[in-house]
Formats: sequence, C-alpha cells, structure tokens
Amino acid sequence: MSKSAEIALGAALVAAFATSTMAQSKKESPRNYGIGHVATAEQMAGWDIDVRSDGQGAPAGSGSVKAGEKVYMDKCAACHGEFGESAGRWPQLAQGRGTLKSHDPVKTVGSYFPYLSSVFDYIRRSMPFGDAQSLGNDELYAVTAYVLYLNDVVDEKFVLSKETWGKVAMPNAAGFFDDDRETAEKAFWNSSPCMKDCRGPVRITGRAGAVDVTPDEATKRGVE
Amino acid sequence: MADPNETTGTTRRRFLVGAAGLAAGSVADARAESAKNLPPNVPDWTRQPGEGVGLRPYGNPSKYEKDVVRRTVPWLTATPESSVSFTPLHQLDGIITPNGLCFERHHGGIAEIDPADCRLMLHGLVDRPLVFTLNELKRLPRVNKIYFLECAANSGMEWRGAQLNGCQYTHGMVHCVEYTGVLLKVLLEQAGLKPSAKWIMAEGADAAAMNRSIPLSKALDDCIVAYRMNGEMLRPEQGYPVRLVVPGWEGNVWVKWLRRLKIGDQPWFTREETSKYTDLLESGKARKFTFVMDAKSVITSPSPQAPVKQKGFNVISGLAWSGRGKIRRVDVSLDGGRNWRTARIDGLVLEKACVRFYYEFDWNGEELLLQSRAMDETGYVQPSKDALRKIRGVNSIYHNNGIQTWAIKPDGEVENVEVG
Ligand code: HEC
Repeated sequence: MSKSAEIALGAALVAAFATSTMAQSKKESPRNYGIGHVATAEQMAGWDIDVRSDGQGAPAGSGSVKAGEKVYMDKCAACHGEFGESAGRWPQLAQGRGTLKSHDPVKTVGSYFPYLSSVFDYIRRSMPFGDAQSLGNDELYAVTAYVLYLNDVVDEKFVLSKETWGKVAMPNAAGFFDDDRETAEKAFWNSSPCMKDCRGPVRITGRAGAVDVTPDEATKRGVE
Repeated sequence: MADPNETTGTTRRRFLVGAAGLAAGSVADARAESAKNLPPNVPDWTRQPGEGVGLRPYGNPSKYEKDVVRRTVPWLTATPESSVSFTPLHQLDGIITPNGLCFERHHGGIAEIDPADCRLMLHGLVDRPLVFTLNELKRLPRVNKIYFLECAANSGMEWRGAQLNGCQYTHGMVHCVEYTGVLLKVLLEQAGLKPSAKWIMAEGADAAAMNRSIPLSKALDDCIVAYRMNGEMLRPEQGYPVRLVVPGWEGNVWVKWLRRLKIGDQPWFTREETSKYTDLLESGKARKFTFVMDAKSVITSPSPQAPVKQKGFNVISGLAWSGRGKIRRVDVSLDGGRNWRTARIDGLVLEKACVRFYYEFDWNGEELLLQSRAMDETGYVQPSKDALRKIRGVNSIYHNNGIQTWAIKPDGEVENVEVG
C-alpha cells in the first residue's frame, strides 16, 4: 500500500471511530477502500454495448432492409431459415402472430418481443451464434431491419438507424405486465393448510412412463 | 451421445430380480457382491496397503460412484452450447451440492477465463466508473453465504403433465452451495451511486454476453459478487472466476463470467427478460420481472431413478427451498394429497437455502402416491399443479413450483405421475 493510501486509510478509521461514538441515528458514510482503478473512456467504449428500450446506447450507423437481406442470408438463414421460419431446431424468428393465447404459442420477434432494443441488443451481443460480436454497426442495423421486415413490422424500403429508431412499433409492446403473484396468487398464502381428508379420491391422470421421452436410464440404485 | 453410465452393473432386470427377493436384505443392492470380500473372508484391501498420498492431488469420488453425474436431455435443445445438464438430486443428501454436480445452464458454452485477464467494470450512474481485477475483488471484505440457485425453467417440461421420469430431470435445475465474495453493495459504494440510480444491468463475458436488469434495491440488499463456491474457486461452468449471486431469485439473473455492471435509472428489457424469462398466461399477456422463486419441494428419494428396494422401514428424503426466506415446514403425503404429515427437517435451516427433510415410514408393498409440500416463513404454501394451472394456464414455461407426485408400485418401481 502506498504511503498516501495508508494515511487516507488511517484517517478513514479515525473518522469511522469518531462517528460510531456519535449519535447512532446518523448514517455512517460507506468506507472507500481505495481498491480498484478508474475505468477509462477507452475501456468503457469497447464493452459498453447495451441498448435500452428508449434507444439509449444505440451506436452510430444505419442499415436498410435491402442491405440486411444479404447479411441475413449469409450469416443467419442457415439456422433461422430464409424467412425466419427456423431451419431444423434453431429458434424461429418470424411469424406466430395471434398465437399467444393458443395451446401452442409461437414466440418470435414479431409476435412476442416488446421492444426493438430487445432484438437489437441481443443480436449485437450474441449473434451470429458461434461468431458473436462480429457484425459492424451498419450490418447490425441492416440485419435487424431485415428481421423486422420478415415480421411485417417495417416495409422493404425501411432504413434503421438511431434516427428512425422511434418509428418502429413492435406488435406485442403492450403484452407484458409486472409480476403480480403476491396479489393474483394470494390464495397460496395460508397459515394452516389442510392436513386431513383434504380432497376426494385421487386418480392418476397421466404417466411419464407412457410419454416415454426420458433419456435411457441404466442407473437405478434404489433408495438409501 | 455416449451413455456415461454404461459401466454400472445395475439394470432394470437386476432391480426386478432384487425386488422379487424383497426383504432378503442384501441382494437388491446396485452391485453384485463378491463372497471373497465378505465375512468370514478377509478382503484384499485389508491385506495390502492401497495407493499412497499424492497420487490424487485433486481427489475424485470412489470409482464405484461413477453413475453420480449430471445428465442431459438431448432432445430439449438444438445445441449443447446453449443447453442444460441436470443435478442428480436422487443421489445426493444433505443440503450442499458438490461443485462438480451443480447443474449447468449456458447460453454460449463455458467461457474459460484466465483469472489474470478477468476484469469487472462498474459504470453508468456512478461518481467514479471503476474496473476491478480479480485480486482487487478478493482484497475487499468477504462474506460467506449458503444459497440455493434454481433455474426459472426448472420443472418447465411438466406444465402439461408428467413428462420426464426422474427427479434429476423434473427438478434437477437447482443446487445449493456456499459462496464467498464481496457484497455488491460494497462494490457500488466504491463507485458511488448517483441519486437517480434505480436499476443495474449485469453482463457476462461469455459468448452469449448474457445481460439482465436487477432493481437497485435488490443489489443493495443481499447480492454478492462471488468468486468461490464451497471454499474453492468457482467452477468454469459456474462462472469462473466471478459470478453474481442474487439470493432467492431466478438463476438467469445470477450472471456468470461477470464482466460488467452498469447502473441506470430504468430496466433495459433485454432479450433474456422479454423473449425469455417472462411467464405467458392464458390471456396471451405475460408477467415480466418474476424474479422471486416461490417455495418448492421435491422428494428426491424414492423417485423414479431411486426405486424402493426393501419392504419394511424406509426413509423418504427430500429438498425444500424458498426465494422469500426460510422454510418453515414441509409436509409429506403418501396418498396423493388427501392426508398430510409433517416431515422432519434435519440440518441447517437458512434463508433462501435448501433444507433437507425426512419422513420415515414402513412400506408393505402397497401402491403409494408420494407428495411433499413446502411452506415458508411468509406463510406461502407450495400449491398443487392444478391450482397453479388454474391461474397460469400451461404456457408459462417458467416458475413451475407445483407439488410433484411419485407413484410407488408394488414392485418398488417409482413413476412420475399426474393426479386429478
Ligand atoms: C449457428 C446457428 C445460428 C446462427 C448462424 C444465427 N443464430 Fe440466432 N440464434 C441461434 C440460437 C441457438 C439462439 C438461441 C440461443 C439461446 O437462447 O441461448 C438464437 C437466437 C436468436 C434470436 C433470439 C430469438 C428469440 O426468440 O429470443 C435472434 C433475434 C437471433 N438469433 C438473430 C440472429 C441473427 C440476426 C443472426 C445472423 C446475424 C443469427 N441469429 C445467426 C442460432 C443461430
């Protein structure tokens, strides 16, 4: 530890001691340990990639649906399908609108994502899968615009940039509400749950054995 | 995928042979015994010394425990880099999960980070944006806390009915270990929060760069920036060298390979808190920011991978946990929820940690429908699956904490069933 840090530390200790003997109601100010380095603007620039729903953090640059088509076909379609319909078992990116209430909801950028940033920020940090954070900003804007186009959220002439960010209206923007379990599920709080004759006859209505999707299990050892 | 369990001697057939001889005492065990090692004979391991010290500088379990491993369900996901492996709950006891058996859930594979190159950046609405090295994090005051971590999607395959036949698969996305690290509050104090600070975003250094928003009130309450689990450094698959610990909250916010904390005045609505980890209800609307894990329990043994071997005295063993605080009580039913008896909790009862419960009973070969029901200190009682479905429908994927039913059959086999 440097001399000056030691002195600062000593002073802090004295100060802490002094305040602790004073009225307890006075909140102690947190200790600064003098550990850690100031993050430089340059360091932050490389890692500060998050984009918020209001567009805060969106980088400079722009990309058209047309330019995005090429990026998408080259770098995304192999997994997500030419039309975002999914190639094999990879996530589907398009279609699915109107299915959220059904028995088989299809959650996609168009049917489920509430904000443009939720898509953009994710592609920026994670995609293409296997080569994350490799897209330039213009490519990123373009491919995002194309994914929106595949979902009929924008037309084929659309150009996405910081300036047009606010023009994108996501279809399911109003599809979410804050956790309400403590009110909607209030009945689950019960200080004396039933212990005796709590229900009528019990019937088995389903069996995992009949579904038969469990990986082969040669490891039964019995209870201990 | 190669079956990691090929080498074990147990097969379904052997079990059934054993079960036929119930109460014969010794035949039903997993491995065939060898008379030369049994009294009155003196086995080799008594006659000759074994390996000396130093040959196992990092010790592994006995070679006879090779089947105690994490397992996967290959059809669940498109690729192992974004997938899950499950804790073998049926083969464990107590409350602490061994480090190598803690379930894995990665979105971009396991990042292998050189600790010398580990940096944690803290910026946004702070007075002093800071970068910490691992050694600097270790120099700050330490705390040790035991917490459970449950993936929000644990039991997610079971919303529409019994699917997977084994508590490793139905409930194995939970583990409980002791963490060592620095309180997030202390780190935030080093940077100095601006008055407008309300949320923080945690971000990983892995190939998914996983990011989640967390309310500042939680960050200042009990979150830890942890670097150790059960005394040793975090395992790579658990975020080595640094992860976030968010006690009682869904596993997805416990960002592994933590590289950045940004402080803001509103949530980010990242893909992981919109497209994923939101709970779609029958109305077509979805709950968001359902962070807390509701109280839950499961009987780990007997269970489909741990059938009953013997008639007579048997021990039911299980785990219970709650994201809202301490577990107050666990009840067990042998008749599918008609009648309940209070189980015995043995061992530590800690906030937001697993507890181990036992229920001892005599089994005479009758069919049973085993259930367990956890209750926490807020008075929350683990609901039946039907009660949950009544409110949430079957599309929500996440937060399925409904009561599990195991059917014990006359031959001692156990099956995951739904009851109505
Ligand atoms: C090698 C296959 C692959 C390629 C190529 C690929 N992705 Fe993905 N994509 C995935 C996987 C796997 C996920 C889900 C990962 C997870 O959830 O952990 C995903 C998820 C997504 C999602 C989120 C979907 C949702 O519903 O939450 C978007 C959007 C996306 N990819 C866009 C793209 C774009 C744009 C590209 C091209 C620049 C691309 N992907 C290239 C495999 C791929």
